[in-house]
Amino acid sequence: MRHFHNLHEMRHSASLANKVFIQRDYSQGTACRFQTKFPLELNSRMEQALFEETVKTLNSYYAEAEKIGGQSYLEGCLACATAYVIFLCLETRYEKVLKKISGYIQEQNEKIFAPRGLLLTDPIERGMRVIEVSVFEDHGSGSSTPSSSCHSSGGSSSSSNSAAPGAGDAR
Amino acid sequence: MKSCEYQQIDPRALAAAAPGFAPPRTGKSAPRARRKWEVFPGKNRFYCGGRVILARQSGVLPMTLGLIVVTCGLFFAFDCPFLVEHLTVFIPVIGGVLFVFVVVSLLQTSLTDPGILPRATPDEAADVERQIDTSGSSSYRPPPRTREILINQQVVKLKYCFTCKMFRPPRTSHCSLCDNCVERFDHHCPWVGNCVGRRNYRFFYSFIISLSFLTSFIFGCVITHLTLRDRKLNELCGCRALTVLCTVVELVICFFSIWSVLGLSGFHTYLVASNLTTNEDIKGSWSSKRGGEDTGNPYSHNSIFTNCCVTLCGPMPPSLIDRRGLIPADDAAASTAAAAASEQELPPFMAKSDTHMCAQSPKDLLERVVRSSDRYLLCPPGTPKTTPQGQGASAATDPSSSSSSSEPSAPDFTERRSSCPSAATPCPPYGRGTKRASLHSINPAFRLASPSPTLSRAPLVRGDAPVLGFVPPP
Repeated sequence: MRHFHNLHEMRHSASLANKVFIQRDYSQGTACRFQTKFPLELNSRMEQALFEETVKTLNSYYAEAEKIGGQSYLEGCLACATAYVIFLCLETRYEKVLKKISGYIQEQNEKIFAPRGLLLTDPIERGMRVIEVSVFEDHGSGSSTPSSSCHSSGGSSSSSNSAAPGAGDAR
Repeated sequence: MKSCEYQQIDPRALAAAAPGFAPPRTGKSAPRARRKWEVFPGKNRFYCGGRVILARQSGVLPMTLGLIVVTCGLFFAFDCPFLVEHLTVFIPVIGGVLFVFVVVSLLQTSLTDPGILPRATPDEAADVERQIDTSGSSSYRPPPRTREILINQQVVKLKYCFTCKMFRPPRTSHCSLCDNCVERFDHHCPWVGNCVGRRNYRFFYSFIISLSFLTSFIFGCVITHLTLRDRKLNELCGCRALTVLCTVVELVICFFSIWSVLGLSGFHTYLVASNLTTNEDIKGSWSSKRGGEDTGNPYSHNSIFTNCCVTLCGPMPPSLIDRRGLIPADDAAASTAAAAASEQELPPFMAKSDTHMCAQSPKDLLERVVRSSDRYLLCPPGTPKTTPQGQGASAATDPSSSSSSSEPSAPDFTERRSSCPSAATPCPPYGRGTKRASLHSINPAFRLASPSPTLSRAPLVRGDAPVLGFVPPP
């Protein structure tokens, strides 16, 4: 049973992992929100409440970034008055919140997801369309492995290919 | 816009659309850090190390800029001295401020990212593909892929983008000229040489508004100039003829541009006030005559004032294409074990051209085909269904297609391989990843590797894709 303690290592081998995608929730308009529905694939890995709380926190951050109110109007009008040149040198509130979000995701990865063999990817890296959760196989959580039957019949080439994720994770 | 639904499936076009795709690096030498704009799949041009983005055909932009600069130059050179002398010094000041505003907002519109959505990663595309109902996969043309969602209690149809391999988010449209999906797509404006979308609509609006002010201002000043000068007709000697000529040129330019600019400003003011885009207005997406029942713009806020503020003064969304970002280092240090394990297997095949395949023994060929079709599973999901089998001359002329006819997936596979110019880059659309990642991205699909000859249809295999769990071979 291996555990991932190193986030850096996990990130580098993330391309070898299975992916679960949390889609956007457009029911309230085009503002950035993600579905809080718990994906079944994560059922054996983590508690539903924990996951939902993470997504809800992310949603609240995005809501804060896209909130329309006095401050954003002030920022917008100021930018408009300067022919939007101010955007070149001023950090907008959106960008500040995005930094906060990436910090939060990093923290959640360290605290919750990495010990369970999972890795959250910042939605900004995926065009804000999805939250990508990488599920690492090698976390000996004893989940049923339907792939085992598949690869047992594989020839030399396919078995060596499918062995690659294990080898990559083993570092 | 609407004709691009099926055309991008041609892998040749995809390969051509990604000119930044260099042949694979064989050695680990020269690991020059490449930035993401260099492998950007859309038809955009980048300058200043990716800081500046432009559409490919932006020949009209210099003309727009030239027209503005020339008109204002003539105005400042020939009208202003006269008007300052006879009226007030504020005329060149106002004109100057307007001119600067117009040029700055024009350049901002042209040179900012309009809100391009990055294309789906192979994993995400595979996930979307898995969710799509594949019932009618036998027909040549699959049914249009749409997904219906509720937005503010109103049904909105999302279309699948075959180029970007995703369901387009609401209000997003694919610009055929730039080959990108653009959020809150308004239109592709040749005059500014860029798409107008979520991120640069406010710049565009301030450009046309300030331009209409500038044009009206210059037009008014020119008429005043001519009227005042007309009163002193006797002054009109030879040395002043040039001034009059230039003023008349300005008058003509302003006269012809003022109507279109004013009309455009009015139209966009209406759009801003009702929180619409040109695209939606032209299509009549929310017009009352189409649906019948509860149609109406689901994105509109209730008051005109709020709509204006949201569109023009709302928070500025970030650019989603990380143009300046470095492509993650070639996994060289990262996945040494994985790379070493798979490098022994894959590169000999990669290095070979397609014609080598027929020289191999049938068993070897079968093995390779299976292995590489595995790789294909994660690359262009959707292609197996939409690309007719054995299409085009490439399949017919390919020597390997006849030899591997016993293998159902082989002709399909070789055909696609030969259409990819660089043998080791099977999926050009996903150019944002590293080359090695595309080589060795051992994704769910790899784990399905089973060399049974029934491995012909990607959705079929992916259908029973195990999502979780993997036991290494003993």
